[in-house]
Amino acid sequence: MTLDARVRGDFPILARTVEGRRLVYLDSAATAQKPRPVLEALRLFYERSNASVHRSIHTLGEEATELYEAARDRVRDFLGARYREEIVFTRGTTEAINLVAQTWARRALAEGDEILVSDMEHHSNLVPWILLARERKLRLRAVPVTEAGTLDLGVMDRLLTRRTRLVALTHVSNVLGTINPVGEIVERAQSAGARVLIDGAQAVPHLPVDVEALGVDFYAFSGHKLGGPTGIGALYGRREVLEPLEPFFGGSESVREVWLDRVTWNDLPWRFEPGTPPIAGAIGLGAAVEYVTRLGREAIRLHDLTLVRDALEQLADLEDLVVYGPEDPELRAGVMAFNLPGIHPHDLAAALDREGVAVRAGHHCAQPLMRRLGVTGTVRASFFVHTGADDVAALGDALRRARETLGSGRLRPSAS
Amino acid sequence: MAGALYGGVILDRFRHPRFFGELPGADLVHEDVNPLCGDRLRVEVRLGPGGELETVRFQGDACAIATASADLLAEMVEGRPARDASEVDREAILGRLGAPVRPSRLACVNLPVGVLRGALRAIGGGPGPGASPDRARGTGGGSR
Repeated sequence: MTLDARVRGDFPILARTVEGRRLVYLDSAATAQKPRPVLEALRLFYERSNASVHRSIHTLGEEATELYEAARDRVRDFLGARYREEIVFTRGTTEAINLVAQTWARRALAEGDEILVSDMEHHSNLVPWILLARERKLRLRAVPVTEAGTLDLGVMDRLLTRRTRLVALTHVSNVLGTINPVGEIVERAQSAGARVLIDGAQAVPHLPVDVEALGVDFYAFSGHKLGGPTGIGALYGRREVLEPLEPFFGGSESVREVWLDRVTWNDLPWRFEPGTPPIAGAIGLGAAVEYVTRLGREAIRLHDLTLVRDALEQLADLEDLVVYGPEDPELRAGVMAFNLPGIHPHDLAAALDREGVAVRAGHHCAQPLMRRLGVTGTVRASFFVHTGADDVAALGDALRRARETLGSGRLRPSAS
Repeated sequence: MAGALYGGVILDRFRHPRFFGELPGADLVHEDVNPLCGDRLRVEVRLGPGGELETVRFQGDACAIATASADLLAEMVEGRPARDASEVDREAILGRLGAPVRPSRLACVNLPVGVLRGALRAIGGGPGPGASPDRARGTGGGSR
């Protein structure tokens, strides 16, 4: 029995219809649908144990704290981190990257230092560095993307110099689906003396991830792309790197003692979690992590690979359709961007929606990559554990019909 | 199927726009993007002796709704004084599109309105800077 057949009943939302048809949800890279164990964990917490964490002495407070911290342990196991102090709950990947930029990088980097990013980054792994670079007179350099849709590691080697203090790259491209060779990148970066931050938002739903084995210094991901709630994610930060840092935001949980003229900081990881945290969110994330762990991350990867192969074949059957990213399915996770020439991505997505097929269209918050590809946007289909061959087939069929209805739009001159 | 998706006016104007093209020697030129999707539209205007919008042309890489909206807008303002032209708003275009436009696509209708008003600002014919065709819906970025 395929994975999707086993788990589809776990996702209540898949029972609904769109435009009178079965929902074919192929927008998991934007946000994943939530399996029942996550919904149950949220409901149970609010119905039975809702209280603030860490300082409520009553029974509910104890339960809430226990559940919240147990979620942290689950995330630690999920990422293969050595210490629980290395797992900081954030609102998501974006906040996690900003946290590193405004704490570690602001302190460690000085004028003239360089940060190495790539042309395939999501804006969330560019804008925090652009802001910091402007303020601290740093230089951003970018590893180019090859014609094959992979990072140009040869050029990366040339860009890695004594000036490079940080390499900040995505694990999986949210457009091309490319799986970047993080282990290899870490080796090269570390021999140049640079720290490494990995944006894992699109990787954790598809691939086994082990931060210790990869050797990264920072790893960021969002819960909602993994089937967890929105507004919760995590940053892994190597303990000795986080230890000397001051908080990103100041607030109650960040401190040990407060005087009017000075403060002492709380221990890791709470130093970085001021204010009442998203307790239910963290518990929901813990449930999501447990869910995918129970399904088996190797099994999820194999399922993903089957879908990628299937989708590449289906889409290849559509004449003129351009698929972006590596041809080799082994180099891809379940994220696939494509275009039908002459049809605007938003029009194509609207036509697919008429058939109950939910995809994403636009620049995917990766405008440098769009420029590299020479397009303003693409359509993107993305998969999760419930995605099956029938979903991929529905995409192919809907694309064929959309081309018939929209295909005769003429090409107009482009603005320069 | 096509009719169900967009309606006849949008598809017709998308496939056969009347006002798309370049206008060499234009008096006013302006272009802008839709931050939600990256679509870029450019307007070129030639002014007549009385200051009216003698000829209006749009060009760009945009979706069916934005293209049809731009084409209808050009038709509605050509030959009219700048002051009148800058008053044509999204609602006027929606009235001509003849099919419902979902909230997520209203920005596509806003784009040509904003671009034309940007061009008219150069001759004091548009609303002040910061005026937007519509702020009822945010135009912020998106998630991954």
